[in-house]
This record gives sequence, C-alpha cells and structure tokens, in this order.
Amino acid sequence: MSAVTPDWRVERATATSRLAAVVAIVALIALAAAPAWAGRADMRLLSEIFTYLALACLWNLLAGFAGLVSVGQQAYVGFGGYMLFAFAILLGVNPLLTIPIAGILGALIAVPVAVLIFRLSGAYFAIGTWVMAEVFRLVFAQVSALGGGSGTSLPVAVVKDIAEGRDMREWIVYWAAFLLVVVVLGGTYWLLSTRRGLALAAIRDSEVASESLGVRIWRTKLMIYVVSAGATAMVGALIFLQKLRISPDAAFNVNDWTAYVIFITVIGGIGTIEGPIVGVIVFFLLRETLADLGSIYLMILGLVAIVVMLKAPRGLWGFVQDRFGIELFPVRRRIRYPLD
Amino acid sequence: MAAPIIRLSKVCKRYGAIVVADAIDIEVAGGEALGIIGPNGAGKTSLFNLVAGTVKADSGTIAYRNRDITSLNAAARCRLGVSRSFQIPHPFSGMTVFENVVVGAAFGGDMSEREAYAKAVEVLELTGLKAKANAMADSLTLLERKRLEMARALATGPELLLLDEIAGGLSEHECRELVAAITGLRKTGISIVWIEHVVHALLAIVDRLLVIDFGRIVAEGDPKTVMASREVSEIYLGIEADA
Ligand SMILES: Nc1ncnc2c1ncn2[C@@H]1O[C@H](COP(=O)(O)OP(=O)(O)OP(=O)(O)O)[C@@H](O)[C@H]1O
Ligand SMILES: [Mg+2]
Repeated sequence: MSAVTPDWRVERATATSRLAAVVAIVALIALAAAPAWAGRADMRLLSEIFTYLALACLWNLLAGFAGLVSVGQQAYVGFGGYMLFAFAILLGVNPLLTIPIAGILGALIAVPVAVLIFRLSGAYFAIGTWVMAEVFRLVFAQVSALGGGSGTSLPVAVVKDIAEGRDMREWIVYWAAFLLVVVVLGGTYWLLSTRRGLALAAIRDSEVASESLGVRIWRTKLMIYVVSAGATAMVGALIFLQKLRISPDAAFNVNDWTAYVIFITVIGGIGTIEGPIVGVIVFFLLRETLADLGSIYLMILGLVAIVVMLKAPRGLWGFVQDRFGIELFPVRRRIRYPLD
Repeated sequence: MAAPIIRLSKVCKRYGAIVVADAIDIEVAGGEALGIIGPNGAGKTSLFNLVAGTVKADSGTIAYRNRDITSLNAAARCRLGVSRSFQIPHPFSGMTVFENVVVGAAFGGDMSEREAYAKAVEVLELTGLKAKANAMADSLTLLERKRLEMARALATGPELLLLDEIAGGLSEHECRELVAAITGLRKTGISIVWIEHVVHALLAIVDRLLVIDFGRIVAEGDPKTVMASREVSEIYLGIEADA
C-alpha cells in the first residue's frame, strides 16, 4: 500500500439533492418565522402537522427501515404525555423541560419492553406491541394523582411557567414542535446515512446475508426501537402540551397515534425518508378539505389508502422514485474513479 | 501440528426425517484448502450453514482456533473470521454492488466506513466487479451475483472462507480466472473450504477432498486418490458430466 491519494472517491449528494437542500433551508426559515406571518389557528395546524410528521417519521424508521411493524407506538405517545403531567404537576418541573425528560424515560422503559416483545416475530410482534400499549394505558389509568381513568388538565399556574403572555406561549409551543420535527427528521436522515443506516438497509434486504456478514441484527433493531420510543415519547409530551389535557383514552389512542400515522407513512412511501413528508401533506389536505363530511371522510381515507396500495405499493414517493430515480435525502454511496 | 482453524466434533443436524449432518467430524488446518463434493441433497450446504452459524446444530461442538463457537451466532462467527458465500445468492437488492461489499467490510471486518470503502474498492478489483460498482445489485446476472457473494465474503477479511458452488456456469476462460484468483488468495494464508460440482476447478486448488452423502463423510483424503476411489464412482457417478 502506498501513501498516494486513492484514485477513487465516494459521493453521496446528487444535483437534485443539492437543490432540495436549498429549498429545504428556505422552507425551514419560513416556517421558523411563522409567528411573524401566520395566525394563531394556522400555527396550531402547523404544530399538529409537525407532530404527525415526527410520529410518521419515527414509525417509518421502525417499520420501514428496521422491519419492526409496531401498532403500539401510542404506548410511548401516552407515556410521554403522562410524563409531562407527572413532572410538571407533581414535581413542579417547567413543562418544556419535561419534553427531554420524557424522551430519556421513554427510551429507558423501551428496553425491558423490547426484551419482551422481540421474542415475537411478524404478526405476533405487532400484536405484542399493541398489548403493551394497553398495559401502559391500564397502568396510567390507576394513577389517581394524575386523574385516574378520567384524566386531568394542566393547571393554569403550570401553563404560565411556559410564558406569561398567551401569544408568547403559543409561539414557544410552536417553536418546540418545529424544533422537534427538525431534530427527528434530521436525526433520522443522519442515522440512515451512517454505518448504522447501512446495517439497517442490509437487514431490511436480507437478514440471513447481513447476519453472515457480521451485522448484529438484534442489537441494531434494539437500538432503533429504543431511539424511536424515546423520540416518540418526546412528541407525546409535546402533543399534550398543545392539548393541555390528558386522559388514558386520549393518551393511548390507537387511532390517533398509530392508525393515522401508518396511513401517512404508507401513502407517502414506507421505507423512504421523503415518504412521511409527502404522506403528511396528503393527509392534512384531505382532512382540512373533507373533515366536515364526517364518516364519509373516513371512507375516503380508506379509499385513498386502497388505491395507493394497489397502484403504487411503495407509496407516492416510492412511485416517484421508481419513475424518476429522485432522491432528496441522498443516502446512496456512489463510487467515482475520476482518473479512469 | 498446529491447532486446526476449525474443528467439528460429532455435529448432528436433522430436519424431521432428513439427516443432513450425521455425527460429522472435520478438521481444517490453517492455510489448508479443502474440497467438498457429494450428490444433490447430500448436506453440503447444510454443513456450511452449521459452520457459519446460519443454522444451529442439534448436537456436537464446533471450535474455531480451539475456541468453542457452537453457541455463537453467524454475525459473531463472521467477526471472528469465518465467512461464507451462499449457493443461492442473497444480494442486498436495494443497494449498489459497492454498498453490498462495504457492508461486509464495515461489519464483518469491523471497520469504519472510510476504511470499508477502501477495502471494498480492493475487493471489487479482485473479483472483477469494478465496472459494476454503482449498479444496483438486483440488476446483476446470476454469474455476477455469485461473484458478489464471493466479494462480500472476502471483504469481511476472513481467515476461513467457505465457498458454495461458485464455478457453475462459468466459461473455460472465466473458470481459469477464478482458479487464479483463489490461488492468489491462498498465498495470503487463509483457509478455504470449497463445495463445487465443477470438479476440475476444485482439483486445481484443493489439498484434500471430502465426499459427503446422506450427511455422512463417505470418503476423504488426497484428491486424486479420492476421485479414483470406489466410493466416488459408486455414489457419485456422473458428476463430471455437470462440469
Ligand atoms: N431448512 C430446511 N428445512 C428442511 N429441509 C432442509 C432445509 N435445508 C435443507 N434441507 C434438506 O436437507 C437436505 C440437504 O440439503 P443441502 O442444501 O445441504 O444439500 P446440498 O448437498 O448442498 O445439495 P446441492 O448439491 O443441491 O446444493 C436436502 O434434502 C434439503 O431438502
Ligand atoms: Mg448446496
């Protein structure tokens, strides 16, 4: 081996991804400045979109990348929400600070849960996650200090801890949601572009081959499960900071925190980083235009899901990717031999 | 004699009524090249599954460099230096050829991503896949997939390399190239166990030949002697026709 510079290099970015990065930065600046141009209702809607995007991104990481199809992520949404109320009401911690606390505790509690449910595979794993979420719900319904089965509200004094004025409070909650979704999206992208991400992609394509090439499957999946549980708990704390009221049924709701999230991810494109972004836009467009229709709205959601699954099984973004080979978040490693 | 690189003692494995390993005892010395032949369904690939840890043995022990690895999983065995190719290729179809090989180097070879890139470049050159480096693995032909199997296994930096039928379908010229490449590998001191129906390629490489049938070793020893033995002509008639 000589010390000369190698006659090859590895490239990640593409022309489209560089353009996408510029567009993303402009969009991020505009969204960060939303308090300057958006009304209160718009900002609430945006915050909600952010939390759904974060949840979808995390579910996608689990199911789309690590092959862990969970239908029990509401366990961590509810857990995070309850940590907000527990620490803020019972221990007097500033509500914003409870978000990272919820994240750490959510990740910790996920370890024993994983040890239990990782013994199951396929459909049994999915059922296991759902059972665990029910266990979480039953446990929190027992805690009378947090309102037991009927739940509780965040006292005004605690809410004022965020900020005195109402506008400022709304802005801070908005910015917290914005920051969280940026961290979740950015963190997911970063994770997938590292060595760990390579392991995940390998596991997804062939467990047998990746294991025989030295990839530690169990450990990699555990890491993803724990990280996504922690982050989901943070999103949970934030969701209930927006709502200011919690109950076991709302906190551990399988429809709100898992079914819609799966819809978003699957429609957008499971197993792609871009998918949840596309999915969340479609979901909220449908909801904002059709929600007044009541149950017809739900039927339309179902219809959209069926059509997409039949016509574009890899979701809308998967369809675009197959057609045009576009990658907005480049994880692919291309080797160039410039001297050839 | 130095400790063998791998030693199987009384290894048994059955699938229902099918016995694929019937109290198998095998030793491979460091630097040795061992050839394995046997009819279809004899248990050759199953033997690799047992050695590589893809499948757990029902009983018996497997030792790598005098260390008992019977309870280790495939990933741990690969990190220790046991690497295998699959008879039926299992490419990572969502990745490029280059990335496939990087996985082997990064995890099996326990390298940083940067180091793994360099290792992958080296292995792609060696296995003649350089021109396909950026192609998606699922666009490869069967022959190229088999090469990729070997490239990934090599990228892990094995001390014991298990090759499962990599010469089938090669042209005369390609086969000679393969033999040359494996001869080159042997000079680096690694041990090789090679299952192959293309017997003339096998005989150009191996020091010792083992014949397996119904999960049992039915003949073993100097390749030429074994090929000429009564056991081979009886149970293994017609293998040359495949070659
Ligand atoms: N997972 C399994 N479950 C059940 N039977 C199996 C399994 N794996 C292998 N077998 C059976 O065990 C026997 C040995 O298979 P193996 O793949 O080891 O044969 P082989 O010697 O490699 O044959 P070939 O030359 O065709 O590759 C076959 O009868 C096969 O059908
Ligand atoms: Mg076989």
